[in-house]
Amino acid sequence: MPDETKSPSSPPPEGEHKPAAPAAAAPAKPSAPAKPAAPTPVPWDSPMIAKLKGNYGSGIEALTYAGQNYMVVDRSLIPEILQVLRNEEQFDYCVDITAVHYPAREKQFDVVWVLYSFPRNERIRVKTQIPDGATLPSSVPIWSGANWLEREVYDMFGIKFDGHPDMKRILLPEGWKGHPLRKDYGILQQDNEWVQINLGIESGQ
Amino acid sequence: MTDPNTTLSPLELESHDKTFLDANELVINMGPQHPATHGVLRVILRLDGEKVLGLECVIGYLHRGVEKIGEHRTYTMFNPYVDRMDYVAAVSNGLGYCETVEKLLNVEAPPRAQHVRVILTELNRIASHQLWLGTHALDIGAITPLFYTFRDREEILKIYEKYCGARLTTHAFRIGGLQYETYTGFEKEVKNFLTFFRPKIDEYEELLTTNRIWVERTKNVGTISAHDCIALGVTGPVLRASGVKWDLRKAQPYANYKNFDFEIPTGQNGDTYDRYLVRMAEMRQSVRIIQQAVDALPEGPIMAKVPKVMKPAAGEVYHSIEAPKGELGYFIVSDGSTQPYRVRVRPPSFVNLQALDVMCRGQLVADVIAVIGTLDIVLGEVDR
Repeated sequence: MPDETKSPSSPPPEGEHKPAAPAAAAPAKPSAPAKPAAPTPVPWDSPMIAKLKGNYGSGIEALTYAGQNYMVVDRSLIPEILQVLRNEEQFDYCVDITAVHYPAREKQFDVVWVLYSFPRNERIRVKTQIPDGATLPSSVPIWSGANWLEREVYDMFGIKFDGHPDMKRILLPEGWKGHPLRKDYGILQQDNEWVQINLGIESGQ
Repeated sequence: MTDPNTTLSPLELESHDKTFLDANELVINMGPQHPATHGVLRVILRLDGEKVLGLECVIGYLHRGVEKIGEHRTYTMFNPYVDRMDYVAAVSNGLGYCETVEKLLNVEAPPRAQHVRVILTELNRIASHQLWLGTHALDIGAITPLFYTFRDREEILKIYEKYCGARLTTHAFRIGGLQYETYTGFEKEVKNFLTFFRPKIDEYEELLTTNRIWVERTKNVGTISAHDCIALGVTGPVLRASGVKWDLRKAQPYANYKNFDFEIPTGQNGDTYDRYLVRMAEMRQSVRIIQQAVDALPEGPIMAKVPKVMKPAAGEVYHSIEAPKGELGYFIVSDGSTQPYRVRVRPPSFVNLQALDVMCRGQLVADVIAVIGTLDIVLGEVDR
């Protein structure tokens, strides 16, 4: 990356020039001192959660943070839980699917589904952790709108979804190398080879 | 790749005749440099004559990596970037972002700031719908509405310019409230605009609602059912035109929308014409909301107590608002530092654009233009 020394027009905050160090790129500063009013996750109880826990046992952890409910679900339970939420609990609208990368962790990725139920007017999040290279079952058969959302997760993080009808990149061009929203991908980094071949210029920076 | 429903089977040709007569499928490329795709959208159409058998969208030409930038800027520094996503509704983008960070910080904007936010956001909804109407009508062949809507949109932009100095990428809000107190005469100018604008909606309707060409080009074009909308995650006026009475301002009120009286307009047929009617009615409702907000504009501080260096406690929050185009959501993960660990934007245009294939199947090529227009996409938001 010869262009790495060029900085963007606005002054970059610290930590910006360390794309090679995966762990250091993320938290640039030590964590803030605890604020007095800082909310902490508290257990989330509801009839739905009681039922799910009764059926699936300890694989589900249900929490509330800042008034928002979410459940952390074991990877192995994901296909079933999503199906149950759609068919039995009326979560008929898949708002968003996204991921978060924690390179220091053994299970590097958090994958998050944001779901909404029109009949219940309720929004929840389902979260699971997977290691790098692991795949997830596609939820396109459950919500057809998951199609592009899953493609974006693949494009940006390299997480593949099994059974997706068209698992390819969506925002970046086919043939691009790397997945930009991983923490080890620098902010100025790009696929120079792709740029040179396809755009006929030395660099896009 | 032949579809049994569209292939001309009864012709029973001899093999030597099968040169081009059976090859009735045509693949056509539209865009990315096409005036009616509202930006750099590329659509690959599979046609049988004039009939659309299916299509595929190729997007990403405007990808700037907004989410990646967010991880390398402080919470305050990232704020102006969101204005560049849906650049015709920059204020809505800013509102969604500010409210999400406020949730993380556990602060709430003071009442006066909330009122001004509602006024500016609803003005923005009108401006966004005006731009949609002008360009959508232009795509279909009606040139006049464009001049009418741009003439009137100017009045909104003037208010923005006086308020924060920008006309397009209006960086109006700050985390915790507002940066600027309203200028002298703000209330009067907003009220003047409302009086000026009410008859203008009638004027637009006069041009189009019963216009024979408009009706022919939009009725039963790009129909989508409520069931398909929900399955695809389509929100905003498109969902409402299919008959689902759902608006985040009512379903899960944010800012202080619960204090205002307004209706959720819906359609029945889910076609392009109904979506047009829904958006026209929404402009009237926005006028109603602004009127109530400006009449009851309270005095008081415009900024909550927020630290200069923002370090929200570690945690995750998803918050969404009803942007002019649908549900605009932000999912922000904080690790306790000054920069977000992850910012995810759930853009309404991106998700709504997925429905283009469903809406265009069986329609004519010319209707694809009408359907792209009626979806009201902004490529800056689709590609981010």
